[in-house]
Amino acid sequence: MPLKQAITGAEAVAYAMKQINPDVVAAYPITPQTPVVEYFAKYVADGVVDTEMIPVESEHSAMSAVVGAAASGARAFTATASAGLALMHEIVFIAASLRLPIVMAVANRALSGPLNIHCDHSDAMAERDSGWIQLWAENAQEAYDFTVMAYKIAEHKDVRLPVMVNFDGFIISHGVEVVETLDDELVKDFIGKQIKMYPLLDTSNPVTYGSIDMYDYYFEHKRQQVEAMKYVPKVFKEVAEEFAKISGRKYDLIDEYMLDDAEYIMIALGSTAGTIKHTINELRKEGKKVGLLKPWIFRPFPKVEYQRLLNGRKAVVVLDRSASFGAEAPLYQSVKSALYEIAVKPQIGSYVYGLGGRDITPTHIQQAFEDAFKGDLIVDEERYLGLRE
Amino acid sequence: MAELKGWKDLPIGGLVLEPGTAKKYRTGTWRVLRPVFQPENCISCMFCWLYCPDQSIVVELVDGKPKMKGFDYYSCKGCGLCANVCPKNIDPKTKQPVAEEKRAIIMKPETDFVEE
Ligand code: SF4
Ligand code: SF4
Repeated sequence: MPLKQAITGAEAVAYAMKQINPDVVAAYPITPQTPVVEYFAKYVADGVVDTEMIPVESEHSAMSAVVGAAASGARAFTATASAGLALMHEIVFIAASLRLPIVMAVANRALSGPLNIHCDHSDAMAERDSGWIQLWAENAQEAYDFTVMAYKIAEHKDVRLPVMVNFDGFIISHGVEVVETLDDELVKDFIGKQIKMYPLLDTSNPVTYGSIDMYDYYFEHKRQQVEAMKYVPKVFKEVAEEFAKISGRKYDLIDEYMLDDAEYIMIALGSTAGTIKHTINELRKEGKKVGLLKPWIFRPFPKVEYQRLLNGRKAVVVLDRSASFGAEAPLYQSVKSALYEIAVKPQIGSYVYGLGGRDITPTHIQQAFEDAFKGDLIVDEERYLGLRE
Repeated sequence: MAELKGWKDLPIGGLVLEPGTAKKYRTGTWRVLRPVFQPENCISCMFCWLYCPDQSIVVELVDGKPKMKGFDYYSCKGCGLCANVCPKNIDPKTKQPVAEEKRAIIMKPETDFVEE
């Protein structure tokens, strides 16, 4: 029987990991990820899981330890945020390029400086070209569900890439919500037996990981990573379909909220999507044809889906919770470049919001929609929601 | 070197799926300085063999004891570690390098051997 629990997003992720019972968890605490590891450490201390937990001295070591564990053939997990993810940066790329099916939960938090511990997406966006699959949760339920789904995507023989489960720091990680969790047995069956490829501990088939790769072969290995990403949408959809059977919750590459007849579409990642849905409900009462396109997956970027969904609409408003200094904000960049190839281009506008945990309210969202209603979107202008001039 | 493969024909992740493949890699092409053995000065201490990172010291057993026989230039990358650790290259009193003809290993520019 599914169980309804009032828990935080951090506990939801830890609970999913308890059910998955990974072989190795190596992590270093950082706000607001800390409770994920605290909850999990308690499962280890209580003997509820068989996991080898490695308390490391830094995030660089945490990622290095899970890389080693995954290469040896273990199911490995870590979690981090902000500066912690930045400290992992070097090894984040190595995890992807060694094609290791690691899962990492990221409680998204602003990068310093000035020092800030609250939510924005600059940490994950700095890793968007690292070769990791990026899933983005809107709430604790999605954070739980994506954690359950992650290994099946990562370990698929056509994929073999690490998965980052992003959930907004504090807003999701520390906010208590009702989360419907699945039975342990159901999760165990769903995850299935780990699909191992080239485990180091298989000593009768010795392999070498991490040897030097010069100009003669490095390029070919990068091309393989490009190719692996192409399989992700298909595998994600398959896993999502299977997950729907056990949970009743349907996921896709994109969450379409009131999109069918929408003329004005907003695009945003993470928890803000919830506020947008609320605002859409209000605007719909006034007869406004508004909708939300919420990416559940940001890397790979399912360009074709955006083209299908945005072709012929009146206007598209893209909200970014991180800036790209000297260039367009990351989500906006990707959406705008997807629109280059479509037949009937909508008006498009870029709005940066919520940096360093700045609150975003229905009024802000309405304000951006109003600009779109008036036809006042300028493709090359970046605007800011909730910023003092 | 073997013919280079395309990306579709390679194992993923830069993995090497068979052991001992370093043997096929001619690190000798990296060499800028070449170690040259002067056997008349060698005391067979085997320091060079112990320290060489590429197992390029050729050893032969004579009466059950190892003797330094020279270098395997296929793999010797010319790092000079052997010459550096060789006790015959340093005067034990002054701790200064001894004259070249008294050393057991000398490092010569690879360009001296272009004829070969
Ligand atoms: S130069 Fe370096 S690689 Fe060559 S034999 Fe001496 S120690 Fe070995
Ligand atoms: S270190 Fe010098 S003396 Fe010792 S075996 Fe090698 S060449 Fe001979």
